[in-house]
Amino acid sequence: MGKTLAEKLWDNHVVHSAPGEPDVLYIDLHLVHEVTSPQAFEGLRLAGRPVRRPDLTLATEDHNTPTDYTLPLAGVSSIKDEVSRTQIETLRKNCADFGVQLYPMGNAEQGIVHVIGPQLGITQPGLTIVCGDSHTSTHGAFGALAFGIGTSQVEHVLATQTLPMDRPKTMAVTVSGDLPDGVTPKDVILAVIAQTGTGGGQGYMVEYRGSTFEQMSMEGRMTVCNMTIEWGARAGLIAPDETTFAYLAGRSHAPSGAQWDEAVAYWTSLRTDDDAEFDAEITLDASTLAPFVTWGTNPGQGAPLSESVPDPEAFDDPSDRVAAEKALTYMGLTAGTPLRDITVDTVFVGSCTNGRIEDLRAVAKVIEGRRVADGVRMLVVPGSMRVRAQAEQEGLDAIFTAAGAEWRQAGCSMCLGMNPDQLAPGERSASTSNRNFEGRQGKGGRTHLVSPLVAAATAVTGHLASPADL
Amino acid sequence: MEKFTVHTGRAVPLRRSNVDTDQIIPAVYLKRVARTGFEDGLFSAWRTNEPDFVLNQSRFDGASILVAGPDFGTGSSREHAVWALVDYGFKAVISPRFGDIFRGNSLKAGLLTVLLDEKVVQRLWDDIEDDPSTEVTVDLVERNVRWSGEVHGFELDDYTRWRLLEGLDDIGLTLRHTDEIAAYEAQRKAWFPSTTASAVNSPT
Repeated sequence: MGKTLAEKLWDNHVVHSAPGEPDVLYIDLHLVHEVTSPQAFEGLRLAGRPVRRPDLTLATEDHNTPTDYTLPLAGVSSIKDEVSRTQIETLRKNCADFGVQLYPMGNAEQGIVHVIGPQLGITQPGLTIVCGDSHTSTHGAFGALAFGIGTSQVEHVLATQTLPMDRPKTMAVTVSGDLPDGVTPKDVILAVIAQTGTGGGQGYMVEYRGSTFEQMSMEGRMTVCNMTIEWGARAGLIAPDETTFAYLAGRSHAPSGAQWDEAVAYWTSLRTDDDAEFDAEITLDASTLAPFVTWGTNPGQGAPLSESVPDPEAFDDPSDRVAAEKALTYMGLTAGTPLRDITVDTVFVGSCTNGRIEDLRAVAKVIEGRRVADGVRMLVVPGSMRVRAQAEQEGLDAIFTAAGAEWRQAGCSMCLGMNPDQLAPGERSASTSNRNFEGRQGKGGRTHLVSPLVAAATAVTGHLASPADL
Repeated sequence: MEKFTVHTGRAVPLRRSNVDTDQIIPAVYLKRVARTGFEDGLFSAWRTNEPDFVLNQSRFDGASILVAGPDFGTGSSREHAVWALVDYGFKAVISPRFGDIFRGNSLKAGLLTVLLDEKVVQRLWDDIEDDPSTEVTVDLVERNVRWSGEVHGFELDDYTRWRLLEGLDDIGLTLRHTDEIAAYEAQRKAWFPSTTASAVNSPT
């Protein structure tokens, strides 16, 4: 019997295998940020251990960084929060002490860790990639095996460049057909999560297959793989193809010349064998999908925009019912309210899910010549400084600011409440990010996860809307 | 890592499903660079905003086993969630299903996460609510949970069990394979990416 892509990548990276023990996997790329690394570096110091492969390790600053500073920066003084500043300074010291390449705030290569790996061309097919960040699954879009890990594991990878892991099962998510107008990769993954629930992928490495994903851009594939963790799966990946190779060609860390040809030949071999079997399979028909939004406090609590806030009584499973009741209370919503009638205070465009150039172009196309509704604050935050520069080159920033939106520096921003970009208690957002957990965007804040298109239309109307409503 | 063999203590019922790690410890507490002292962040929104939240009920003071609904620890990979539970005084968490990354983190950090059937969890919830002084034993040697005459086995792979029983450092175990790591490195493809090679802008 043949092997799935995930199994091939796994087998290619086994350094040590013994019955009754986890496999020891080699890690080709370790991405690091300021939040989940300080205790790991401290562990190395206490044990007197070096970083085994600084040349396979890359750090950036993204979670704590403010996005409203102006360049050039004078050190870290633009970070007003002393604790945040200390964490950034700690990362700088750790990278200097251990010889790790760092792209600090203000640097042309700085950005959200999952945006900069691909744009540098360091994220490549066939690699194992880890980061102390659950959205590391993003890199699976290139046909890499990419896992989010905890700080103990960050220390383990720094010390050994390996990770002991039990091999997860495999699952195929097959979506076929053309996406209807106005339906984006974000809607595809929100629909998958709503169908499976937040635990549906637990214990699996998921391969997204079918013509819908084959037709998707790399940006779209990254959005899908990014949110794999939101339905509990360990990793999500898509087989590399011409779209992948075209994205990588010419990037600064991608191979070139004869090595490029060798790389493409290798990457082309990274496919699930025809006779391979998955442990589980899910199938969706793209033509049935619609713009999707969340109404609750986990990413599985979502519905098509055309529907209404569900009645908790309609849930068969008692724990789903209780969860829905709690969610509606927290969100300040009443069952039966059409989702389109929900008004928002804030629209956030950005994050490792939807902070790439294609996302910004989509938003700009909708918002051009229109105005952000009165009483609505719209933040547009590029995922990296390169995305920012590209957007400015294309004049997108002028479109955003003319519409009344705020155009920011790169960072995680309002995806999570670690930097100054936060919702106030009771404020409601339409957000292109990945998590609508209680308090995720600021204490007491209420989040509706949406696609970039829905975010843009919502900013214009002041209530949840799609471009077709304009 | 401290060894875990058998722990007996009182338990606290957390009758919620889908408790993500943002709820276990909000992001604002993750700015610290130390490894200890995260107990103040544990469930901080619920402890602050809900007077009846279980950890605010004095009858559960001093409990060392948390009994939660399904999908405990989903979402963010923050190991701070494990540290907050440990710093608060928890030795074990029982749930019908855990988020994968949280579970991995807990077993690295010596917090035993125990999978029990949802019906058993509900019975345990009822019993500890009826009598918060109920002594619950989590036995890693026998791989079972016991209270008030009930005995329920749980699954945990032999390797992880051994590592916890011995309190072994994962890194130390892997470093026994340093020769194999070096041999693997010697045959990696020359064109695999390096983070230090080419096209790096100097920091501003």
